[in-house]
Amino acid sequence: MSLYAHEIPGGAAWSTPVRAGRLVTLTALGDDANCSTLIVGADRVDRMNIPDTLKAQMSARILPPMVLMSDRGLALASVVASSLDWHDCLGGFGHDAHLARFGPSSYQADRNEWRRSAHTGLVTELTKHGLGERDLHAPVNFFSRVSIGEDGSSLSFAPGHSVAGDTVTLRTEQDVLIVVSTAPHPMSVAAYAPAGVRVTVDTAPVVGPDDASYVFRAESARALEMTRRAVA
Amino acid sequence: MTAVHTSPAVAAGPAGNPANGPVHDATIGSGDGALVRVPAGGRLRIVDLFGNQAADTLLYDADDIDNRYSAFDTIREQGAVFLTTGSRLLSTRLDELAVITDDTVGRHDTIGGACAQESNVIRYGEHVRHQHACRQTFLAYGAAAGIGQRELGHNINFFMNVPVTSAGGLQFDDGLSAPGKYVELTASRDIWVLLSNCPQLNNPCNGWDPTPLQLLGWWS
Ligand SMILES: [Zn+2]
Repeated sequence: MSLYAHEIPGGAAWSTPVRAGRLVTLTALGDDANCSTLIVGADRVDRMNIPDTLKAQMSARILPPMVLMSDRGLALASVVASSLDWHDCLGGFGHDAHLARFGPSSYQADRNEWRRSAHTGLVTELTKHGLGERDLHAPVNFFSRVSIGEDGSSLSFAPGHSVAGDTVTLRTEQDVLIVVSTAPHPMSVAAYAPAGVRVTVDTAPVVGPDDASYVFRAESARALEMTRRAVA
Repeated sequence: MTAVHTSPAVAAGPAGNPANGPVHDATIGSGDGALVRVPAGGRLRIVDLFGNQAADTLLYDADDIDNRYSAFDTIREQGAVFLTTGSRLLSTRLDELAVITDDTVGRHDTIGGACAQESNVIRYGEHVRHQHACRQTFLAYGAAAGIGQRELGHNINFFMNVPVTSAGGLQFDDGLSAPGKYVELTASRDIWVLLSNCPQLNNPCNGWDPTPLQLLGWWS
């Protein structure tokens, strides 16, 4: 039984504080879901830093058992499980300009079906917590994949990467703020049909020295160890 | 290494007016930085005087520093990971802040981020905690424009080589640059250029030997 469960509709944005030592599971409620996610640390200043996360773990994608690291070299959350081995962290968040191809949309015309971008949704949610546009950092786009060409430079969005029921589970390593948007990935060319995402929060088991994220790389272990000290 | 105050690059004035020298000419020692306001249409050249030096660079709309360079918006909109001639450097609002109008290196990284004391500890261990790092330089030079911790986004690493693979891997390689190579930006609006001449001693981004950069600017 989860401590908490919530369903975010497609094309929406949401945020929630989560205590340290929780498992946060995102479950795609439809095919081709996208969940643009920001994580802010316990002090509400220290943000998830994708470049630092990638270079410390020598990866250009997010997958278990990577540790999501902050500007201050701390572990915010560890990716402890996922049905997918590739979550995009190069594509950034979508803007209103990426929704223009679907035609105009407004609350007046569409009521709560109006189309808003991840940029709009994430800034709105950040603002609810005293943060704002200047706190925008690169997100992880859970459930999406942006492939890198054989030339090592060109990027292309992989349609059909995720299906309904795909999951990813994060273990919070400190008290965090999680901010998400379920707006379409900015590189998707599909029709507008953003999938919803279920969020569940459970208590994480106590982690031992054999924890996969701890033993993944020396860098991952150091980030987790620095966090143990910071929140001691 | 002593600072160099002239270089062959200085001879090149703006197109159509070759007699004009640069209005901005500064040498930045390794581990030092700069904050330069470049007006719309102005050209700023960053010269890698000795080769294999990482020039960690951030750009801001001078009229609104929340409208700042966005690495991942830039790479997505151009469909390519690396920056080179023709790359439009976009903001978090998708505004064009500058364009790379000349590049004698060929490609530059923008996903590797800047070094910080904290990330150095993660990557190399506790013994490097008190080594100098780019984030400190950004904060020291950015303050004059109101740029603080929260205003620091993900930067460009001019002259740095961070290959990514189709399998989703990432590595840090020896740079592709060489003494005298340069990259030139043309400002699309009034911008701040905040630069840290990377002091990193622990990986090949500086060839383990940080060296000076030169900034040359042409504008009126
Ligand atoms: Zn550096």
